[in-house]
Amino acid sequence: MPRRTTIHAWLMLTPALVLLFGFTHYPAVATFWHSLFSTPRGSRPARWVGFENYTYLFEDPVFLQALWNNAIYALATIPLSIAIALAMALWVNSRIAGRTALRMAYFTPTVLPMIAVANLWLFFYTPDYGLLDRVTAALFGWGPTNWIGSRETALGAMIAVAVWKEAGFFMIFYLAALQAIPPSLYEAAAIEGASRARVFWRVTVPLLGPTTLFILVNAVINAFRLVDHIIVMTRGGPDNATALLLTYIYELGFRFWDTASASALTMILLAILAATAAFQFLVLERRVHYR
Amino acid sequence: MSGTAITAAATETAPLPRFDLWVWIETAAAWLFGIVWIAPLLYAVWAAIHPTGYATTFDLFAPLTLENFATAWVSAPFARYFLNTFLLVTMILVAQFVLCTLAAFVFARADFPGAGILFALVLVQLMITPDVLLVENYRTMSALGLVDTILAIGLPYMASAFGIFLLRQTFKQVPLELEEAARVEGCGTMAILLRVYVPLAKPTYLAYGLVSVSFHWNNFLWPLVITNSVETRPLTVGLAVFATLDQGIDWAIISAATLMTSAPLLLGFLLFQRQFVQSFMRAGIK
Repeated sequence: MPRRTTIHAWLMLTPALVLLFGFTHYPAVATFWHSLFSTPRGSRPARWVGFENYTYLFEDPVFLQALWNNAIYALATIPLSIAIALAMALWVNSRIAGRTALRMAYFTPTVLPMIAVANLWLFFYTPDYGLLDRVTAALFGWGPTNWIGSRETALGAMIAVAVWKEAGFFMIFYLAALQAIPPSLYEAAAIEGASRARVFWRVTVPLLGPTTLFILVNAVINAFRLVDHIIVMTRGGPDNATALLLTYIYELGFRFWDTASASALTMILLAILAATAAFQFLVLERRVHYR
Repeated sequence: MSGTAITAAATETAPLPRFDLWVWIETAAAWLFGIVWIAPLLYAVWAAIHPTGYATTFDLFAPLTLENFATAWVSAPFARYFLNTFLLVTMILVAQFVLCTLAAFVFARADFPGAGILFALVLVQLMITPDVLLVENYRTMSALGLVDTILAIGLPYMASAFGIFLLRQTFKQVPLELEEAARVEGCGTMAILLRVYVPLAKPTYLAYGLVSVSFHWNNFLWPLVITNSVETRPLTVGLAVFATLDQGIDWAIISAATLMTSAPLLLGFLLFQRQFVQSFMRAGIK
């Protein structure tokens, strides 16, 4: 390769690389560095504390609660949103009545800002007046429920919002994959006299493998990142019942200005995301073959 | 579209006339989900177009009004928020197109030592997104003196790994013969990029553009952290401030404000539904 071309290549790469390293790689490394120091307060400058911030974090009941909540949040939103997305895609791709209207209804939450979504659902969840309480009162005769104000239901209410927001987005990817399956496969299955269930498990599901992994990775990232609605609706409350890792990072870093603890917490979140990346790399590259 | 082909095949093979209970159950379930998925939005529309008192009582003949929108519009600087969001989204999109095109072109065609490692480092951003690094990025912005500027909201997102990846995939599919033909005619590297590669990647730019605009129109946490004045706040942050501080619980007005801020994307989606859906599909298929 001529040297002039290499110089061109570097000139073209530099602007993107500077920004990318400046706002992704540098902060990741700097976060680790800063997590080893105390938070500077007033006249006291930051001093080296080693892994003390991490030790404190694991003694902090709010952090443990947020970690536990986030595990539940992930374990609920990931399978639910994927299963619902697949069902939606299958429906919209079949001969169901009103499929255009359904596709629109499913996809609409995707284009709404999460903050707008939060407002809509706050209204939806309002005790007594909200639509949800009206429906449950009419159907089951339940009294007013403070869905997002009580410890028992708050996290579930946040999970419902996240699933509602995500499922339509994931549906699109399944729909694209379903439409890429050659009709000849279904024709062959029909000639063999395979039942609908058999066709689904033996033809559709295996061919959706790569799409499912792509969606899975997105769902995992979202389980740690999709917290806008929680910050607006509950601010992690009541009594930290809806605190997640990212909402707690926000609380520590920008409400209490305890940047050292926030940095240590960020490192824990980065470790989780890195593990997800490693899983994607190992499983996705090895087991799933793209055509 | 191949979707219609599948439907046609299904129509031919499925035994239709038999009353199929399972099909009925499925249709009912699909519609139940449809109703649940659209209900919060319709409920907000209902609240927003009726006088406050009717927000929670279902009276089909309740008087219609646009008063709530007018009240919401004047009780917070929404015009300014719209302008901020518009500037933000435009700035990010232009920067992303330029930076990602240049980088994607190099990764698609140039072959220099370390290119593979460099590309892998770029892809790290797919997993570790700027939203997660807000504490450290805030520190960087303070050091640069950029806190509370629109530029600071956009800067971490401009070099987008997703955009570089998507455009690289597209550029790789451009036949080398086209590039060679252009070179024979005396085109330089930049001219080849602009006259051969970019025009052929138009659908990818559309897809990426729609995904980017809707992402940044809706982005919240980082803008919330980095802005603290009316002059820089985008719509999402403005709406959150409005809904939590300025209004008590006047759902009619909050609903109106919520719909107002989502309206441009929602209208765009309704008008260009097909393009939107296909763009998101294209962006997802590697």
